[in-house]
Amino acid sequence: MSALLKINNVSGGYYKEDVIKGVSLDVEGGDFLVIIGPNGSGKTTLLRMATRVLPLRKGEIFYQDKNISAMALKEFCKRVAFVSQDISTGFSFTVMELVLMGRIPHLKRLQFEGKRDIEIATEKLFLTDTFSLKDKRIDELSAGERQRVIIARALAQEPQLLFLDEPTSHLDIGHQIQTLDLLKRLNLKNKLSIVMILHDLNLAGAYSNRIALLDKGVIFKEGTPEEVLTYQNIEAVYKTIVLVDKNPVTGKPNLLLVPGEK
Amino acid sequence: MYLKKRFIILFLLLGLAIIFGLVKGAVHIPLSDLLLKNNQAIFNLRLLRIVAAILVGSGLAVSGIALQAILRNPLAEPYLLGTSSGAGLAAVSAAILGLSRLYMPLAAFLGALASIILVYNLARERGMIADKSLILSGVIVSVAFSSIIVFLVSLFGNEAMHEMNWWLWGSLQVYDYKLLLLVAIPVILGICGIYLFAQDLNAISMGEEDAVHLGINTQAIKKILILITAIITASLICICGIIGFVGLIVPHMMRLVAGPNHKLLIPVTCLAASIFVVLCDLLSRTLFAPIEIPIGVITAIIGAPVFIILLKKGKRI
Repeated sequence: MSALLKINNVSGGYYKEDVIKGVSLDVEGGDFLVIIGPNGSGKTTLLRMATRVLPLRKGEIFYQDKNISAMALKEFCKRVAFVSQDISTGFSFTVMELVLMGRIPHLKRLQFEGKRDIEIATEKLFLTDTFSLKDKRIDELSAGERQRVIIARALAQEPQLLFLDEPTSHLDIGHQIQTLDLLKRLNLKNKLSIVMILHDLNLAGAYSNRIALLDKGVIFKEGTPEEVLTYQNIEAVYKTIVLVDKNPVTGKPNLLLVPGEK
Repeated sequence: MYLKKRFIILFLLLGLAIIFGLVKGAVHIPLSDLLLKNNQAIFNLRLLRIVAAILVGSGLAVSGIALQAILRNPLAEPYLLGTSSGAGLAAVSAAILGLSRLYMPLAAFLGALASIILVYNLARERGMIADKSLILSGVIVSVAFSSIIVFLVSLFGNEAMHEMNWWLWGSLQVYDYKLLLLVAIPVILGICGIYLFAQDLNAISMGEEDAVHLGINTQAIKKILILITAIITASLICICGIIGFVGLIVPHMMRLVAGPNHKLLIPVTCLAASIFVVLCDLLSRTLFAPIEIPIGVITAIIGAPVFIILLKKGKRI
């Protein structure tokens, strides 16, 4: 069987120079793929290209063998959803209104949300533990609550593939684990494929089945957490010395930072 | 249920405002005498004004809503894209060239459209419209055109200016029902057109990239909406000149009252803005009758404090 999403030798960027330089990456159905890499390595750019926000300059991306740039945008967004770090709160929609926006790809112009859409939105609110917030305005929420609501909206699109750009960067450790546990559950139970950017290498190792390490716009190494999270790879890309240990509970790679000054 | 009640209240208020608008004026005509034959001329004139007020209110306010959402800028308003100064320049030029008054609306309409086309093309970069460049180009074109207006007026004296004064501050004095009808068609179609995009406006108001992730072709929709608001504004300018504040303040007031969901916000704003402009027009012609105060002055004087009160209360009612 071919990959769910096939990124084939793509390049692209914002100004003259390409930020992403010939990246190929396959996402298999059921993957929990985490993209790691230093600041400026092109992680977010790659995600923006894969979700059709930024046009490709070279290469192509296939979703189930269909070139994504040839798909109708709404058809694409029924299958692929995106969760950003945060959203603008300038217009104070209620949580329910926001989550219902996730139904837009499924609605025709001027078609109002029906009973079924409200049911789906409600289900996603329960799933993300945000039902009690449904009548609150998004600018009243805490960062952790808002992140869960953004995830609920993406789930309301009923995607098969979910992209997330550092979904835990504004969250405390409690909410980080809570959010990632939720995503892992969706990944295992609902067969939702996940591609996520994370900065925390230990969390990346703990939750993913595959990791792609990006450096200067190319993939430096791709494989299982054990294959990628070695001190050699990390030192080569991050220019930082780490010790790699095993998490005594999960058995996954656990990185210890070594300060340069003592 | 709750919603229906509010709509009924707004409709009742609009009805009341219309009745007031018909009864009051330089001469008071009691309700019972309104339909008498010898009052028919006054009745017709006032009715035209009220229709114009409703068109102006809904057209400007809904255009303001759309522009504020697609540019995600609270200062966006229908005249932002240079329409007012473009129309003004064309109208002043027409007056100086000695064209008949009949051609004034056409000149204004063309001037408004020309300035939007200019602003739009200035802001375009590789086929994309960046919000900031659009706003900046609008401001620059407005300033440039306004200074040319002042230049022309100071060179060619008061004749042209006298003609223009009502127009630069707005007036709903409409004598020609055919022209009003001609303007009503694009304005009403335009408002309905914007409503078709209510859902897209919700998503775009959350940010353009966010909207793309929800399957919305933001670049195309932005272009369509800028075109629609331009046609509405240009049409309205040619019958009633420039009426400030309505397109800027009423959308904000209604967002505080009805929330940011455009499916509800647009119809509520149409009603509220109509009421607002009908009443402002009533004040403009009764406060110091028979002198008429430009309606733009009234909308600003009333709009500002009402808005401040709502802003301070800071919550949905």
